[in-house]
Amino acid sequence: MSIDLSQFFEVFFEESFEGLDAMEAELLNLVPGEEDSETINTIFRAAHSIKGGSGTFGFDSVAEFTHVLETLLDEVREGKRVLTTELVNLLLKSVDCLRAMLSSLQAEQTPDLSESTELKKQFEKILELDDTPSTQADPVTSSAAEVNTYQIDFKPHHHLFKTGNEPLYMISELAELGDLEIIAFHNEIPDITDISVDDCFLSWRFFLNTDKSEKAISEVFEWVEDDADITITMCGGLFSDESDDAADETAAEPAIAPAETSTVVVAEHAKSKTNAVNKTPAPAAESTSIRVGIDKVDSLINMVGELVITQAMLSQLGEQEVTEATLTSLQEGLAQLAHNTRDLQENVMRIRMLPISFVFSRFPRLVRDISQKLNKQVELKLIGEQTELDKTVMEKISDPMVHLVRNSLDHGLETVDQRIASGKDPIGTVTLNAFHQGGNIVIEIMDDGQGLNTQKIKQKAISNGLINESDELSDNEVNELIFMPGFSTADEVSDLSGRGVGMDVVRRNIQSLNGSVEVSSAPGIGSTFTIRLPLTLAILDGQLVKVAQHTYIIPLISIVESLQIDITKVSRVGKDLDVLRLRDDYIPILRLYKIFNHQNAIETLDKTLLVVVESDNQKVGLLVDDLLSQQQVVIKSLEANYQKVDGVSGATILGDGRVSLIVDISGLIKLSGLRKPGSQELIVESQASLEAS
Amino acid sequence: MSALSSELDNKLVLENVQGVKQFLTFIMADEEYGVDILTVQEIRSWEDITQIPNAPDYVKGVINLRGTIVPIIDLRLRFGLASIAYNALTVVIVVKVEFAQQSKIMGMAVDAVSDVYSIMEQDAKVVPSFTESDNSEFVAGLVNVGEKMVALLDLKKAMDI
Repeated sequence: MSIDLSQFFEVFFEESFEGLDAMEAELLNLVPGEEDSETINTIFRAAHSIKGGSGTFGFDSVAEFTHVLETLLDEVREGKRVLTTELVNLLLKSVDCLRAMLSSLQAEQTPDLSESTELKKQFEKILELDDTPSTQADPVTSSAAEVNTYQIDFKPHHHLFKTGNEPLYMISELAELGDLEIIAFHNEIPDITDISVDDCFLSWRFFLNTDKSEKAISEVFEWVEDDADITITMCGGLFSDESDDAADETAAEPAIAPAETSTVVVAEHAKSKTNAVNKTPAPAAESTSIRVGIDKVDSLINMVGELVITQAMLSQLGEQEVTEATLTSLQEGLAQLAHNTRDLQENVMRIRMLPISFVFSRFPRLVRDISQKLNKQVELKLIGEQTELDKTVMEKISDPMVHLVRNSLDHGLETVDQRIASGKDPIGTVTLNAFHQGGNIVIEIMDDGQGLNTQKIKQKAISNGLINESDELSDNEVNELIFMPGFSTADEVSDLSGRGVGMDVVRRNIQSLNGSVEVSSAPGIGSTFTIRLPLTLAILDGQLVKVAQHTYIIPLISIVESLQIDITKVSRVGKDLDVLRLRDDYIPILRLYKIFNHQNAIETLDKTLLVVVESDNQKVGLLVDDLLSQQQVVIKSLEANYQKVDGVSGATILGDGRVSLIVDISGLIKLSGLRKPGSQELIVESQASLEAS
Repeated sequence: MSALSSELDNKLVLENVQGVKQFLTFIMADEEYGVDILTVQEIRSWEDITQIPNAPDYVKGVINLRGTIVPIIDLRLRFGLASIAYNALTVVIVVKVEFAQQSKIMGMAVDAVSDVYSIMEQDAKVVPSFTESDNSEFVAGLVNVGEKMVALLDLKKAMDI
């Protein structure tokens, strides 16, 4: 009779990681020497619950490690010990170590114990616990690897079956521990006429040869302790006292795996190696649950209630005869329904929304670590931590942000000496600011460093062949160059940045979320990266357009403008590319009907509608038959039941129940065979020929 | 009375026997084809459809099935048969196809649905394949039901587009 504890693992891991995050945050807030008791208490509580949980679920390595942590924190809490900077650093390290251990446990791998053993040793040294036996393996348990013979007397009370227990399970569990010999006593079985079938009259004596500890044996009987007389005696080998109650045994020290003690010696040498290994535990599968505030759920329930009432009202109206009066109330009811639905939609979306502090919270640590490594003094300011955004967006934005913050610290901020020399505050500032703007969330990453070096960027771009020496670029255009693939101005490649695989990936990641990233910079004053993202990936503002008899949706965010073509400004380039001159730009015209292979569309250009869209810094005009309404659409996947379609990013269902496809601008440009400007000659050529004409 | 009940018993027993499956059959170009009834989600009449650009001709487009986007395959075109105009009998059989990685909900447009038969799976005979170009690859086996012959569809292959 054992309960499958694994079903609770996920909750335990989730809570433990949360606990670790809390510990980390509080540790970073600590100013050594003036810690307040509430902070210490928070850290202590987190460590304590991780210890408790891991003990329950049998993650002994974690439990032991946190036990030492807890002991230390307890002393700090009681004021017996002063928290020094080294101690805080050590505690932060152990947070990392615990996180690594827990993630490998979550991935069902055996955690690498060398680092924890190393840290534990350091803690024990601090605690001067070397002599106290409480955290040391005591001789009895460490010899547990030897094979011992136990005599186990198991005499269930008569009512055992009524408690839902089955001795057979326990016996088979015992048999798994080692060689088992069983003697059954049946002398208590009454005469067949007096027998009560739901009582247990049997008792057993087992002889078990096992290398497991007594604890493991008593665990087998954990659930029947109160419903049976259990005696576990070690016979052969060491003599031990007979204990009447198996419950005593559970107090015994947990068995310590022999592997752990042996790694202590090599830990020192293996440390550099384990650092690399630590990164390898497969990252735990992205958690699929979210915590939702009860207020959000309550308001949802309220709204569903409203919806039900409206529905009842409408169906009542449906049964009545149609008169002028019912028609009016029907219209009112429908307006009510529209209102309810919109509220409900907004609130359901809110469920997926989390405050951005979930992402921001990892930066204090990151900044602390990096600034120590770079020997810079940095203050991190977080603004707008409560700004909410979609969970999926949040998960994907975190890496690009880490990259940008690293860049700011590494390239942006100067060293202390440089700052003093240029008359700045020796402590640099990095500010993360998040706020809502329209239907978007804007995240700004600002530093008060030296700003982007436009000269250096330009030279680099010339030597990389990205631009020509003769090209005259505005500062903003130069700054844009850092988002080109393979671009890096760092003179030396450091382990932080400079490999030049960064900014283009950052931009691509953000664009894949339908967002944008821009940079602005002033020499000597600092630079600001601005990330703009839609609040959610599930809904999109779309412009409905007609192509032949088909309705397509163009994401509003990528539309620059819509216009009627003035044929005098159109030139034909090459075999079949038309280019429209629009102010200073030359816009290639993509015929949607041609790319999508639809018949019966308007083919003449004059006075036809053109939707100018922008993607990857490239503007193109899409030729459409008609512009329909603008509306919010819910994005549905085409790939779920079909497959990826080139030039289409998804589908949606319109008000009339029909499916409509959402145009993927960058996919469309690829599909059209149009090449990018700059790197290719097509557009450039066309401009030249236009100029000539 | 007793004869009837024993017949009923027989039928029940038969249905419980291993290897007996129920197949929904449909008509296409006067031939009868069968699919495992457990894969069938629903049967719909032909409805207006949204075309997918640059899709193969047998992919007629997608429909909205209560919020899910479901592609519709014209099975005639898929089998290389002559296409006919859709009429009142034309139906879309919505099936759940279990591919290796994921299961997909797809619709197949056929001339008409026919019947439901209980068929012993081992009775199915291997399809004789004469040429490379015929559609035997989409057929898992042939069975005789009375006088008729039913071709059992290999859904995974037929819908792997």
